[in-house]
Amino acid sequence: MTDALLRRTSLYGEHVALGGRIVPFAGWEMPVQYTGIVDEHQAVRTAAGLFDVSHMGELRLRGEYASHVVDYLVTNDAKKLIDGQAMYTCACNEQGTILDDLIVYRHAQDDWLIVCNASNRGKMSAHFAHAAKDHCEFDDESDRTALIALQGPRAFDVLSKIGGAAASLSSLGSFRFRLAEVAGVRCTPSRTGYTGEDGVEIFCAWDDAPALWRALMTAGTPFGLKPVGLGARDTLRLESRLSLYGNDIDETTTPIEAGLGWVVKTEKGDFVGRAALTSIKAEPLPRKLVGFEVTGRGVARHGYPLMDAEGKNVGVCTSGSPGPTVGKNIGLGYLPTSMSKVGSRFYVDCRGKNIDAVVVSTPFYKRANR
Amino acid sequence: MSDTVPPDLRYTKEHEWARAGAGEVTIGITAFAVEQLGDVTLVNLEVKVGDEVGSGKPFGTIESVKTLTDLYAPVAGKVVRINEDLASKPELVNEDCYGKAWMIAIAPTDAGAYGTLMDAAAYGAYLKTAEH
Repeated sequence: MTDALLRRTSLYGEHVALGGRIVPFAGWEMPVQYTGIVDEHQAVRTAAGLFDVSHMGELRLRGEYASHVVDYLVTNDAKKLIDGQAMYTCACNEQGTILDDLIVYRHAQDDWLIVCNASNRGKMSAHFAHAAKDHCEFDDESDRTALIALQGPRAFDVLSKIGGAAASLSSLGSFRFRLAEVAGVRCTPSRTGYTGEDGVEIFCAWDDAPALWRALMTAGTPFGLKPVGLGARDTLRLESRLSLYGNDIDETTTPIEAGLGWVVKTEKGDFVGRAALTSIKAEPLPRKLVGFEVTGRGVARHGYPLMDAEGKNVGVCTSGSPGPTVGKNIGLGYLPTSMSKVGSRFYVDCRGKNIDAVVVSTPFYKRANR
Repeated sequence: MSDTVPPDLRYTKEHEWARAGAGEVTIGITAFAVEQLGDVTLVNLEVKVGDEVGSGKPFGTIESVKTLTDLYAPVAGKVVRINEDLASKPELVNEDCYGKAWMIAIAPTDAGAYGTLMDAAAYGAYLKTAEH
């Protein structure tokens, strides 16, 4: 892909001014790091980090039947949501494999927002538009919606410093959101994230993002807030065992084998993939996505084969990197169910060398209750 | 940092540096390479003293948080020294890539090979094309 086809978020100028190293990602020019992956990672674990995730897709469904359309396309039970509540879910195809993982926001019974991965925006936009046809209004708002994530143990200290409505956001429950004005910007903060830390993700109008970003940076710097790029976003989510679409899950994997069975509610009524997922749930699973630690000298990377004691290729690593907080080389991968128990030993084929690894319980990192 | 190219070294397109010493050439990776890698977590030197290495052939790998990359020998010859510190202190690569993070020293087969590598001016010009 040439540079000419890459898009920039409204925060591109901020990233460059902050020394961010820009790389192509899912059709966007995004910062991979500013001060360094480990430094940014630790800032989020110990203080706070600010992320530009404006490349994510935002799909709006409105109307009397919007809730039915949403519930029919996702595996989790959207009917359980109340106004101002969000949930994590998968959207599957009829075969029960994963089209995308999403967060569904119920603004009102007749007003829903779907946040999808940047890499799947075209596919999911078409998928929801098709299902909405003749039933409810559909609008792809991605191009006019910015998204900034503020994550870390000091996130709410940063918001308190800004004052006004921002100061009361700590009263938001987990996976709750509401309209607010933060530093003069009308926005929708949501108590969600992709780091394993407490914090918010804030939706605002595309062109308002720089003002909001600068206000958060200014208020947060005394607390140790740092801008965080895609590199640390990946290590943070991996330590917390949050799936990455395109790596750990895709259209060849089911939510059940990926450990996402908790968002598949086959009893909720009809939805796309229900029949397939019901039979998958009823049968023994051939393979499972497991968390593992590389105990030998090496780092597992996406795509590396996993080998059994006889040196037979039995699985594949889907994500892997050093875990800066856990201090170990960690990874996720698919293994036969017979080898998926905690303590099960196997090898990662690191470019022709078999390196020792062991299945461990996940998440690799869990924040202390505060 | 990556714009500063030490004048007394020679360089490869794979961003290794080479330093001429008494009968040996010491090898490491440049600040540009370090900046591209980010935080280095593992240096695997896959040769031992006495091994022969070929010019442009891999002698190890380096892992950062983000990626893995091969290390290539700029000149052919026999390995005469290895920096044992890097196994336990990979962070030296981020801290002092032209000094404490030297990787191996080679007694070159061809004494003239060093002179064919890029000098600082040529490498500096090459970096400008690599960055843009």
